[in-house]
Amino acid sequence: MHQYLFLIPALPLAGFLLLSLGGRHLSRKIIAWIGVGSVSAAAIFTIILGLQFLQAPPPEGSYTQTLWQWMSTENFSCAINLRVDALSLVFLFIITFVGALIHIYSSAFMRHDRDYARFFASMNLFVCAMLLLVLADNLVLMYLGWEGVGLCSYLLIGFWYETPANCHAANKAFYVTRIGDTAMAIGLFLLFKELGTLNIPEILQQAPQHFTAASPNITLIALLLLAGGMGKSAQLPLQTWLPDAMAGPSPVSALIHAATMVTAGVYLIARMHVVFQLSPVAMDVTAIVGALTLFIAGCSALVQTDIKRILAYSTISQIGYMFLALGVGAWSAAIFHFFTHAFFKALLFLAAGAIIESLHHEHDIFKMGGLRKKMPLVFWTFLAGAAALAALPLISAGFFSKDQILWYAWSAGNGSPMLWFVALAGAFITAFYTTRLMIVVFWGEMKTHIGEYPGRAMTIPLVILAILSVIAGFIEWPHNMVHLTLFSDLVQKVLPATMLQDDLPEEIVFQIIAAATALFGVYTGYVFYQGNKALIEEWKQSSALMQIRNFLFKGWAFDQLYDALFVRPFKFLTRINKSDLFDKLYNGIALVSRRLNQLFSISQNGSLRWYIVGVLIGIIFILTLQLML
Amino acid sequence: MPLLFYTSSVIAILATIMVITRYHPIHALLYLVVSFLAVAMIFLSLGAPFVAVLEVILYAGAIIVLLIFVVMMLNLGTDTATQEKQWLQPKVWIGPSLLALVLLSEMVILLMQGDNADMQVTPVEIKQVSISLYKEYIIALELAGFLLMAGIVGAAHIGKHKKKHLHRFLQEENLDAENKKMKQVEETVNN
Amino acid sequence: MSFYNSQAVLIVAAILFVLGLIGVLTRKNIIFILISIEVMLNAAGLAFVAAGSRWGQPDGQVMFLFILAMAASEVSVGLALVMQTYHQHKTLDAEKLRALRD
Repeated sequence: MHQYLFLIPALPLAGFLLLSLGGRHLSRKIIAWIGVGSVSAAAIFTIILGLQFLQAPPPEGSYTQTLWQWMSTENFSCAINLRVDALSLVFLFIITFVGALIHIYSSAFMRHDRDYARFFASMNLFVCAMLLLVLADNLVLMYLGWEGVGLCSYLLIGFWYETPANCHAANKAFYVTRIGDTAMAIGLFLLFKELGTLNIPEILQQAPQHFTAASPNITLIALLLLAGGMGKSAQLPLQTWLPDAMAGPSPVSALIHAATMVTAGVYLIARMHVVFQLSPVAMDVTAIVGALTLFIAGCSALVQTDIKRILAYSTISQIGYMFLALGVGAWSAAIFHFFTHAFFKALLFLAAGAIIESLHHEHDIFKMGGLRKKMPLVFWTFLAGAAALAALPLISAGFFSKDQILWYAWSAGNGSPMLWFVALAGAFITAFYTTRLMIVVFWGEMKTHIGEYPGRAMTIPLVILAILSVIAGFIEWPHNMVHLTLFSDLVQKVLPATMLQDDLPEEIVFQIIAAATALFGVYTGYVFYQGNKALIEEWKQSSALMQIRNFLFKGWAFDQLYDALFVRPFKFLTRINKSDLFDKLYNGIALVSRRLNQLFSISQNGSLRWYIVGVLIGIIFILTLQLML
Repeated sequence: MPLLFYTSSVIAILATIMVITRYHPIHALLYLVVSFLAVAMIFLSLGAPFVAVLEVILYAGAIIVLLIFVVMMLNLGTDTATQEKQWLQPKVWIGPSLLALVLLSEMVILLMQGDNADMQVTPVEIKQVSISLYKEYIIALELAGFLLMAGIVGAAHIGKHKKKHLHRFLQEENLDAENKKMKQVEETVNN
Repeated sequence: MSFYNSQAVLIVAAILFVLGLIGVLTRKNIIFILISIEVMLNAAGLAFVAAGSRWGQPDGQVMFLFILAMAASEVSVGLALVMQTYHQHKTLDAEKLRALRD
């Protein structure tokens, strides 16, 4: 089977080529078949491959397929090699499977758009780039996929390019991730300089021997790679692009947030775990960045009114959890959270898209309300996703993965009570804003008339994702409950097991605290938005609280900060440079020629005698010279 | 012989002054004949009889006749003379004369600087000139032939009365003009 | 056999040339301009012949012949142009024929 590995990225690529080259001549039905079919076929291939991988694991732990030599010089060679191990398999599965569901959903969601073919072409290319990223066996090929993902996010965020704000959002996503990409490229150069190879298995093998403990270079490399991951995964301080990326269509948001793009950073760090383990500083930085991000983004999500922005901030916050887990050395917990998060976040975005479309493109949650009765299917599926996001104990997938992270935040080798406490606060906030979202959108009175109910192509993916959001967590139970650790067994073939500290409190205590926190968050949300609504109104009177609210609403005013720190000085410099000395010089040359032209064209007046006088003066001049010399 | 030279020089200069100051073209041309004849005398005094003869035949003969023909064909008579009188106000002469005088003085000064040899005139035979013309200067002679040929063809071509060929951009204007003419003719007929 | 100053001949030629030049510069009528040009060409020829005589060589006279040929063709083409100009523009004023100005 694994000789057909190349088909997995090749199918979406073929779909992209077909649609982008011939999309104008195809009917909508055929476009949808090509666009959805290519990714679905890739998903089926992935599932078959995965089953084979699980039944008969390859002895070396991975399938490798060499397609062709990409480039080869004296001391550097790079092949187009595809490689699947347990880690890439998880990502492959999520990308193709969730990606296929999103494609099915968008075939209905985008049915009225006039750029149907362009949409599916970009989506297919997006999936293809992401598959290349996770399948790459060397960092150069991975970087190709990495940049491809950036390009496609630009294309899709700015999909409705007639609105300037959308173009601005697309540009912002591109610029901000570019900062991370540049850092990552420098990291790759350093890595190559140190090890002489960019092949991932070779790096993982050679790095421990080559670098002595805590050498400055390995820390630098790890931090640069981390910066790349922070750019793509929207972590502090490069998180500002993600809330604006909501300008794209809802399926695009689902694809970016769940299956592709933002998880690339998680994949990169997990893939280069050996490098990170060699540098305790980088690990600590990763954990702290994750913790800060999850808290800051959670606070911002609390006060947003746009349904998609709430979800966007929650994504940043959940990716923060993954970074925290990576930072404390809980590798498999991070990947497990990615796994469950992909389902419920895709679900939430798709359900939100269905709501938005039914309510005539209304994004403001306070203009929704009362949808529980009108759209029961969307309500129940959204509830499943929200429960997972809020990590309701035992009945949601989110609980199992987030509980693991919370536990390891304290207990893992790099963990500390501080990190645990921040993560716990984040969990409380998450439950709080999820409840707020649910209550405001689905309870209360109807405020907007429902136009069109979602069709079957949209509801089927929702149902599948809702089921997965509930049951996906059951494959990995905490140690002290049920002995079922399918996921970590699989992933730990690639990633090291999590080291625990000594003399810890009982794990069950943490689990109870985490569960209680989530429930308490839900209860608080209920009190504020359903039980005692007057309290909020009362708070709105206080100007200090409103200022805090506005501060949080703007995402901790990071945009304004960057604007003042970077954008305005840059614009100032460009304005100065606009009329610099060199321009003056060249403009001066042009000016002098133009003036001379005007001067001499006076002399060309068409009068014969005038010309003869000119000749005569010339002769006199020459003869005078002759006389003088 | 110097007497011949100086006399004819004075006559040539005076005649030329008369040429450039006449108002009537025929008068100017007649003075030009005098000037050419005087120059022919100078040639003779310089020992170049063949050239002197050519000067009389070609310059004073052919070229002047050509000019007179044209003057007659264009019917340039007293009207032209009065117009010339109008154009040639005294102030018109000042600028060109000053410039020309500067040029002349410079040329004279430069000539004075050169070697001041007394010339011993030995007549150059026609035979010598002919041999030189057909020997060393044969190519230049051929070229002069080409030039004359081109002059004949060019003059014939330019001087030919032909139908008016207008550029296509101008044709419409021309049509308009012709229409106007037609209208005028009609109006006159009607009147 | 006679002796006189070679510069005197050249100065006469120069004077004739300058007179022709004054004519070209002052006159507006094309016919007069052509006449003045003839004067100038003749003066140049005189200078050549004088130089030839100074050295007792035939070259000066040969040059005069060439100038003669040139003057003849110049005047024939020039007069043809004058005819056409007069037919088309109904004027001989050189100042009015300014189509080549910038």
